[in-house]
Amino acid sequence: MADPLQPLPEPVRKDPQKKTRSALVPPLARSRLGMRLGAQAARGRFHLQHCDSCEFIVWPPREACPSCLSDLQWRAADPHGRLIAETTLETSPELYFRERVPWRVGTVKLASGVPVMAHLHAHCRVGDRVELRLFLDKADRAVFMAFADTNSPDLREDIQLRELTNDPRHRRVLITDARSPAGVALAAAMTDAGAKTVFAGVAESWKRDAAIERLEGMNRVSVVPLDLTDTRSVEELCGEIGGKVDILVHNAEHVRPGGVMTGRGIADAKQLHDKLVFGFMRLAENFGPVMRSRGADGVNSATAWVNLLSVYAHANWPAYGQHSAAHAAALSLAQCLRGEMLGSGVRVINTFAGPLEQDWHDSVLPPKVTPERLARDIVAGLLAGQQDLYIGDVARDVAERFEDDAKLLEMELAGGGQ
Amino acid sequence: MTAGFDDIVVTTPTSIAYRRFSNESAHWWLLSALRDMLVTAKLQPSDIDGLTVSSFTLHPDSAVGFTQHAGLALGWLEHLPMGGASGVIALRRAARAIQCGDAKIVACLSGDTNQLDSFRQTLARFSHFSNDAAWPYGAGGANGYFALIADHYMRQFGIARDTFGKIAVAQRSNALAYPHALMKTDLTVEQYLDARMIASPLGLFDCVMPCAGAESFLVMHAKTADRLGLPAVRPLAIIERHNGFAEDPVQFRGGWAHDRELLWNQAGCTPDDMDFVETYDDYPVISLMQLEDLGFFDKGGGADFIASHDLTCGGSFPHNTSGGQLSVGQAGAAGGFLGLVEAVRQLTGHAIGAAVPDARRALVSGFGMVNYDRGICSAAAILERVGDPHG
Repeated sequence: MADPLQPLPEPVRKDPQKKTRSALVPPLARSRLGMRLGAQAARGRFHLQHCDSCEFIVWPPREACPSCLSDLQWRAADPHGRLIAETTLETSPELYFRERVPWRVGTVKLASGVPVMAHLHAHCRVGDRVELRLFLDKADRAVFMAFADTNSPDLREDIQLRELTNDPRHRRVLITDARSPAGVALAAAMTDAGAKTVFAGVAESWKRDAAIERLEGMNRVSVVPLDLTDTRSVEELCGEIGGKVDILVHNAEHVRPGGVMTGRGIADAKQLHDKLVFGFMRLAENFGPVMRSRGADGVNSATAWVNLLSVYAHANWPAYGQHSAAHAAALSLAQCLRGEMLGSGVRVINTFAGPLEQDWHDSVLPPKVTPERLARDIVAGLLAGQQDLYIGDVARDVAERFEDDAKLLEMELAGGGQ
Repeated sequence: MTAGFDDIVVTTPTSIAYRRFSNESAHWWLLSALRDMLVTAKLQPSDIDGLTVSSFTLHPDSAVGFTQHAGLALGWLEHLPMGGASGVIALRRAARAIQCGDAKIVACLSGDTNQLDSFRQTLARFSHFSNDAAWPYGAGGANGYFALIADHYMRQFGIARDTFGKIAVAQRSNALAYPHALMKTDLTVEQYLDARMIASPLGLFDCVMPCAGAESFLVMHAKTADRLGLPAVRPLAIIERHNGFAEDPVQFRGGWAHDRELLWNQAGCTPDDMDFVETYDDYPVISLMQLEDLGFFDKGGGADFIASHDLTCGGSFPHNTSGGQLSVGQAGAAGGFLGLVEAVRQLTGHAIGAAVPDARRALVSGFGMVNYDRGICSAAAILERVGDPHG
């Protein structure tokens, strides 16, 4: 068993005279087949190519089985193997790694016999049985990392792992619309995960209610005024704390039932869009560039932009048709932001949930997602470095059907299904 | 048994002095070698009817574009992007073409430039496999992949770093007399062991220095060489293999182990008959692997063999007599020609550095193209001098 790791250094107050480290990224280039691994990893899957004819498992990705030339299928694979060689790189021609050496990599022989080059968690030693996990690195490209013991209490102290995850520990988090049930639960979950500060953004902060009191009662939570529908308010907050936001959680709950004909009309839709869609744009215009410039800013670098979306952003659910439409618009903007953030070291994470356990969903059948479950899964996603998170049974079900046949899902939803 | 090489010979070994960095193009380096070689052989460009080209930095041109650039009209052309195996394989291809009557005189060229960032650029887009499965892991490039190979090899066979050190140190000693060598200061095993780590277990003196340079030779019938008055060397046997032993999870042997029986049978001699050996030395561990896979000692027995021999030009087992890439520098694909060109010079009695006394036969081995985690191409040739070079 390897020695316990030294704790990560506590972030120190930044000297404004000092240069912020450039947000270099690891190599971006992949083949299209290589990108497929990333498309799996983004959703938290460990899939490799399999040959159905000769049961070969293949890595690196190929266009045909190197044993029998049959077609290959991406499927879940056993991630266990043995570490058979290792090296510590002391230099690298790529600036990203050159700035971060020493850097350990090794060769893992999977149970199927296929060798895989992987980043090594500090606990790994040659000869160890290890588990491979897939992460997206700072370039949003899939990479393997090997772990000797994924349950070790000091797992998260590893510097190489921290480059691959969006760990809230030591970091400062801004949660918008924090007065909502999800906002309160997220504030608690982030502080539990070791966040240094949680900025809980609330509109009309002078209005007292139970949520405000809960937020104020939490350690390391600071309630700040933030009205997503007010450009000035967003600008002012960014001027104050923009350079200190390492994780931004865009949460804009505004659930109302109804569709285009049967809904509550344009006025209500405007309200929803103003908060969710234009609120997103206000945040992106202000906080986006600051975060993008701080993607490699030490232990508490800017690391993640998290969007709380409805899974019906993928396909409209007429019972909540306007709500679905606004979330579809927000998803589209999030995809755009992902492109703009690429190369900055800041990951844009989309979380998709089905109906939440809250008043405006009272006529919706269970299962529904509790705010606590939502918050817990989001923190787990940050620790896993995932890009897309589907939270709860309904979201996973809809996602599966969307991936299987988007047209069929649309027809099912139009037919009164959920 | 494959066909022999009849009366085919290699001649006019040519090297263009290496430079650490160069703003010239790969074309310039290849043309410099061609021009020097033609002057030495007293030939005109129109006398060349066959050409092989090996270069990484010629991109986006290939051998085809190069013919137009050089103004060569050819009846036979090969682009050989086989890195460290390209010299031996160029000889094999050219010899067969001439035997079959497809060409009469083939110029085999290799060369690369080394602009300030060209080494990184070559590595960063080396192959699909490298982009997908190796370069993102620390971007160590060859140093990183061979560190894993060396780590595994040392554990498997109980080889310590001082064995690698002795190989590097003997080559440095050879290089001190070789005019083109970029590394010209003495090296001791202590310095080798104490040098800073690059990618453990590889230290500074395990790694080659990327540079610019060119190497070339001519292949023709013996009677043509005779008519032109060119000292020449005869290939007795040549092997090549690509993607051998793909099932090994980490490379600990190369294609030589598969083909060595064929090689020695065809040559009609044994490892003991070799007066010197040129291996592809991108790292000392790879030289060791070639020597054992080609039958100079049993697998894993490198520590004793290296300890019991003097590897310098005057020693009991002269190895990489120019200093090899470790001390001369790695001029891209020319690194795959360095050993062959040097062997032809030694065997014809025209060494430009330290000479191996009365060298009659030599083995030249090539190893190339770390597509992802291992060298894919392996090759070896046994060469014999023609007549008495001093006569």
